[in-house]
Amino acid sequence: MSQAASSFINIGERTNVTGSAMFKRLILEEDYETALEVAKQQVENGAQIIDINMDEAMLDSEAAMVRFLNLIASEPDISRVPIMIDSSKWSVIEAGLKCVQGKSVVNSISLKEGKEPFIAQAKLIKRYGAATVVMAFDETGQADTVERKFDICERSYRILVDEVGFPPEDIIFDPNIFAVATGIEEHNNYAVDFIEATRKIRQELPYAHVSGGLSNISFSFRGNNPVREAMHSVFLYHAIKAGMDMAIVNAGQLEVYDEIPKELRDAVEDVILNRHDQATDNLLELAPKYQGDGKAAKVEDLAWRELPVNKRLEHGLVKGITDFIIEDTEEARLAAEKPLHVIEGPLMDGMNVVGDLFGEGKMFLPQVVKSARVMKKAVGHLQPFIEDEKDGKASSNGKILMATVKGDVHDIGKNIVGVVLQCNNFEVIDLGVMVSCAKILQVAKDENVDMIGLSGLITPSLDEMVYVAKEMQRNGFDLPLLIGGATTSKAHTAVKIEQNYDHPVVYVSNASRAVGVCQKLISATQRPIFHEQLQKEYAVVRDQHARKTPRTKPITLAQARDNKFTCDWAQAPITTPKKLGVHSVSVSLATLREYIDWTPFFLTWSLAGKYPRILEDEVVGKEATELFKDAQAMLDHLCDNELLTAKGVYGVFAANSVDDDIHITNTDGEVVVAHHLRQQTHKPKGANYCLSDYIAPVDSQRQDYIGAFAVTAGIGEDELSAAYLADGDDYNSIMVKALADRLAEAFAEYLHQQVRIEGWGYAADETLDNESLIRELYQGIRPAPGYAACPEHTEKQLIWDLLEAEARTGMQLTESYAMWPGAAVSGWYFAHPDARYFAVAQIQADQVTDYTARKGWDDQTAQMWLGPNING
Amino acid sequence: MSTQLTTQFNAQLPAQLAQIAQERILILDGAMGTMIQAYQFSESDYRGEQFADWHCDVKGNNDLLAMTQPDTIRTIHEQYLEAGCDIIETNTFNATTIAMADYDMQDIAKDINLAAARLARQAADKYSTPDKPRFVAGVLGPTNRTASISPDVNDPGKRNVSFDELVVAYEESTHALLDGGADIIMLETIFDTLNAKAAAFAVENVFEQRGERYPVMVSGTITDASGRTLSGQTTEAFYHSMRHLSPLAMGLNCALGPDLLRQYVNELSTVADCLVSAHPNAGLPNEFGEYDMDATEMAEHIQEWAQSGLVNIVGGCCGSTPEHIAAIAQAVQKFAPRKVPNLPTKMRLSGLEPFVH
Repeated sequence: MSQAASSFINIGERTNVTGSAMFKRLILEEDYETALEVAKQQVENGAQIIDINMDEAMLDSEAAMVRFLNLIASEPDISRVPIMIDSSKWSVIEAGLKCVQGKSVVNSISLKEGKEPFIAQAKLIKRYGAATVVMAFDETGQADTVERKFDICERSYRILVDEVGFPPEDIIFDPNIFAVATGIEEHNNYAVDFIEATRKIRQELPYAHVSGGLSNISFSFRGNNPVREAMHSVFLYHAIKAGMDMAIVNAGQLEVYDEIPKELRDAVEDVILNRHDQATDNLLELAPKYQGDGKAAKVEDLAWRELPVNKRLEHGLVKGITDFIIEDTEEARLAAEKPLHVIEGPLMDGMNVVGDLFGEGKMFLPQVVKSARVMKKAVGHLQPFIEDEKDGKASSNGKILMATVKGDVHDIGKNIVGVVLQCNNFEVIDLGVMVSCAKILQVAKDENVDMIGLSGLITPSLDEMVYVAKEMQRNGFDLPLLIGGATTSKAHTAVKIEQNYDHPVVYVSNASRAVGVCQKLISATQRPIFHEQLQKEYAVVRDQHARKTPRTKPITLAQARDNKFTCDWAQAPITTPKKLGVHSVSVSLATLREYIDWTPFFLTWSLAGKYPRILEDEVVGKEATELFKDAQAMLDHLCDNELLTAKGVYGVFAANSVDDDIHITNTDGEVVVAHHLRQQTHKPKGANYCLSDYIAPVDSQRQDYIGAFAVTAGIGEDELSAAYLADGDDYNSIMVKALADRLAEAFAEYLHQQVRIEGWGYAADETLDNESLIRELYQGIRPAPGYAACPEHTEKQLIWDLLEAEARTGMQLTESYAMWPGAAVSGWYFAHPDARYFAVAQIQADQVTDYTARKGWDDQTAQMWLGPNING
Repeated sequence: MSTQLTTQFNAQLPAQLAQIAQERILILDGAMGTMIQAYQFSESDYRGEQFADWHCDVKGNNDLLAMTQPDTIRTIHEQYLEAGCDIIETNTFNATTIAMADYDMQDIAKDINLAAARLARQAADKYSTPDKPRFVAGVLGPTNRTASISPDVNDPGKRNVSFDELVVAYEESTHALLDGGADIIMLETIFDTLNAKAAAFAVENVFEQRGERYPVMVSGTITDASGRTLSGQTTEAFYHSMRHLSPLAMGLNCALGPDLLRQYVNELSTVADCLVSAHPNAGLPNEFGEYDMDATEMAEHIQEWAQSGLVNIVGGCCGSTPEHIAAIAQAVQKFAPRKVPNLPTKMRLSGLEPFVH
C-alpha cells in the first residue's frame, strides 16, 4: 500500500538494539545477515523510514552503525527508504551520516547540553544533508508538562530556523512520551500533556512535524500485550488527531481502535485522557481479564445452520454473513483432502453464485462487497494451512495491479472495482493512492501481473495516465492497460492514451463492466479479437472527436470580455462582512449528518435514483434501504466514538475585480490575485461569464468582498478505512470513505449557510431546510477550483495560502492539487445575488496566452493545467 | 610550490548569474577528453619538461596537460568560447589527490587545479564582454572510488574510500580552483551520491573558511535505462539528497545521449526548485568507441528540450565538439529558459527512492 498520501508515517522500530532483544542479540553475535532480514521485513511490512540504533554498552556502537549502514547500502530492498540514524551519542550519529547517500533523519539532538553544541550539531546536520528529530529536552531536563514541552520546542525551533537557517520542514519534534498508569499521581497527565503539546506545536510552529516512541506509554503493563496494544492504539488515535504525524511503531502489532472491546477501550481512554482519579485502578483491575484475547462472540441459531456445510458457506457468502464463516470453513477444511480444495470447491462455487447474481442484476454492489468480506475471512483462515502444506496458491483467473496515479488521493471507485474483481476470482494487487509510474511498472514486472488498472479523480491525473501509457510503451510492456475514474472518459482514452501504447487500452466506465473486460483480456483466444474491436472502436471515437465542430462558434477573448456579465455597480447590494479575516471551524459529525445529500452516496455504490425515493424503488429499493441502514449504523458509530474529525476554515476578504482577475487583500494587508477563466463561445443571449464578473470592478469605486473556504471530514478516514481493510472488511472500508466524502460535502453546505447567515451575514434572514439547500435555493455560490466555473486546479494554492489551510486544518495539497484527506471540499464564496454556476468549457489560444502571462507560467505549464479546457 | 596569486571574490557574481539565467538559456561547453584525444599526444608530450623523469607512465592523465601542454588546453577553451559558451569547465575531472594516485601524482593535484583554473580564467577573460560575460566552472569530478559501493563482491560492507578522505581531497581541490579564478564550483558526473555529499560538505567548509559563497552546480549521471545512478538512486531521490547545498543548478550529464536522457531531465525539471542543467553525450559510443551523433542531430534534440521548457543550462559531454556547442547555442537562443517552479514546503527525504511528507 502506498503511504505517501497518508498523514501518518510509520517508522520501523525493530532495528533498534535498545527496543528489540532479538536485534540486539543478532548484532552482538555479529549475525548481520539475519539482522538485515529484520530490516528488510520492516520495509516489506510498510515501514516508510527505518530507525537504526546501536546504543548498547557491550558494543562499539560507532563501528556497528557504520557496518550495518554499509551493508544496508547494498540491499536495494532496504535502502530504498530513508534511514533514521538513532543514537544518544553524537559521534555515532556523525559516523552514520557519513555512510548514507540518501537524505536521512537524525534522531536526535536537543538543548540538553546547552545552546552552543545544539547549534554546532544542527549546522553539521544541515551540511550532511539530513532532517532531524529534536527532543523536548533542555539544560534543566526533560520536559513533562504541556508548557515546558512547547516552550522548549518553540525555543529550539527559533534557534534552528532563525539562527542556523535550518529548514523548518526538516524539523521533527519529539515532545517525550512517558509512561502513564504507574500508580504515581504526577504521571497521570503525561499522555494528555504530550497530546496537547503536539496540538500546539503543529498549530504554532509551521511545517514542523511531531513524532515519538510509542512503547513508553504502556510501560507499566509489561507482560500484558492486549492491554499494551490497546493503550498504544488509543494513545495514537488521540495524538494523531492532535497532529502527531509520525511515530516509531511496530505497525503490525497495533490493535485497531475500533476493535478494542468497549469496556477495555473506555478504561484505557480514561487513563490516557486522565479523565478521573480512579482510572488507573480501574484499568489495573480490568487488565487480567484481557490477558488472553478477551473477545467473546455471540451465537444465534438460525434455520440455515441446519444445511450441509457447502450450502452454509454459499449462504454466508451470498448473504454476506461473517458470524459463522470461520467455523464453517474449518469444518469444510477438516472434511477436505487439502485445504486448497475448500477454496477451489465450495468457496469458489459460492462466489460464482454471487458473480452470477451480480451479472444478472439480482445482487447489487454493496452486497457483493459484503460477500467479498466473507470470502476474505474464509481464505484468511485457510492460508496458514495451505502454506504449511506448501501446495501452492489457489489458481486465479489472473493477476491485476491497480493504483491511483501519482498526485491523486481518491480511491473509492478503484477499491470497489478491486473487490468486484476479487469476487470473480481475480487476484488484485492494490498499490493504493499516489503511486508513481516507476513503482507501478516495477511491481507489474516483479509480480508478473496480467494487466494494469489506473484510476484517478482529478483532471491532472489524466496526464499522468498518458505518461504511464508512454512509459509502458517505452519499456516494452505488452500488458493490457485499464483506465477508470471520474474524470476519465472513452474520448480521452481514445484520443490521448490509446495511441501511445501498442497493446490493449480499455476505458472501463464502472465496476460491473470491469469483470467482462478483464475476462476477455485474460483469455488468449478472446484478447486479439477484443483488441482489434477496441482499436476500431477507439478509431471511430477519435474520428468523431476530430470532426466534432463546436456547437457554438468560438469568439475572441476581447469579444468575450465585451460581453461580460455586469450590473449597475453603483446600486448593487454589497454587504459589509460582519467578520473579516480567517476563522477556523470545527463541528461535530452529529451536526453534519443532518446536512448530508444522500443521492450521490447511492451513486457511489452504483445504485441510481434520487433520495429518498430510491428507498421505495422497485428494482433497487430493498438494497438501497439495506445500504442506508448500514450507513446510518456506521454514522452512529462514527459519531458516538468520534472516529472522524471534521475541520474547516473560512475567510472573508476585501476584493475587487480587474478584468478576469480578482485582487484580494489578505490578512497581512497584502494584495494577492485570483485568476479566472472566461467562457469563450458565441452567446447570442446571455453573457460570457467569468467568476470575476461577480465582484465589483476596481473602477466602480465600490469595496466588494470575496470568501474562501476549505473543509474536511476525513481526518482519520485513511487509518480507519485501512484498519477495516486489514481486517478483510472491504465493505466497511469503502463505507467509511464514502461517508467521509458525504460528510465533507455536508460540511461545505453547513459552513456556507453559517457564513451567509453569520460570518458574512449577507443573508442573515435566510431560513431554508436541507432539501432547499441541496437545490441551492440560496443567494450566492461556492464554486470549487478544479470544477466547471474555475477549472484550473493550481488556484487552490491561493485558497490554501489565504486561509493558512494546512496549518489550521492539516489539509494538504498534492503535486496535482488533489486535496488530502480525500474527503475534502474547498472553494470561493461569491455573494452577488445574480451569481450562478456556469461552465467555462473550451477556451481559445488567445485566452491561453493571456492566462499564461497572468499566471507567470511558461507554455508547458499552461498546457499541463489548462489541458482539459484547451482540448475541449 | 603554488604561488599565492588569489583572485578576488566577486560578490556580485551570484546575483549576476541568476539574472542572466532568468533571461536566457545559458550555454555550457562540450567535451574536453575527446577533444584532447584528437591531438594524439605521446607519453613524452604528456610528461612535458616538468615531468620528463617521472617514475611511472602518465600518458592518459589528461588533467596533467594543464601544466605540460597549457596552450592546447587554452585553445580548446577558446574554441568553445568562440562557439558561444557562457560557462566553460576547468580540465580537472580527475584532479583530486584520490584519482591522481593512479599516477602517483596525489601531491601535485593542487597545482593541476590551480593551473587549470588559471587557463580557463585567461580564456574566459579574453572573450568576456559586459554584454556577454563568460564564467569559469571549477570542476570536481567523481573520483575513481565510491563511498557507498563495495569493491569486493564477497564483502558488501567494505569500502575503499571514506567520506572523510573524500572531504579532505575535495577541500584541497576546491581551494585551488577558487584560487585559480573559478567563478562557480561544479560537481559533475556524480554516479555515487555519497561521494557528491562529501564534495558538498567540503565545498561548504571551504566557503565557510573563505567567508565567501560561490554558486554551485551539481550534475548527476544516470548510468543506463534503469533510470538510476550507479549507486541506485532515482533522479528525484538524487535531487533530494543534494538539495541542502542550495545549488544554483542541478542537472544530469554523461552516460546517455540526449534521446535517452530526456525523460530524466524532464523528471528533474518537475521536481527541482533551482535551475536545471543538462549536458548529454553525443549519443552512445559506436562499436569503435566513437560518439557519432552529429551536431545537427544533437541540437535538434536539445532544441526540443528548450521548446518544452525543461532546461536553463545546456551543453555537451563526451563526444561533443565546438561544432556541437555552436549548433546547440544557435538552436536554443530563441526559447525562454525553464521557469523555476514554486514547490510546496514539505519534508523531502530519500533512500534510493524519494519520500515526501
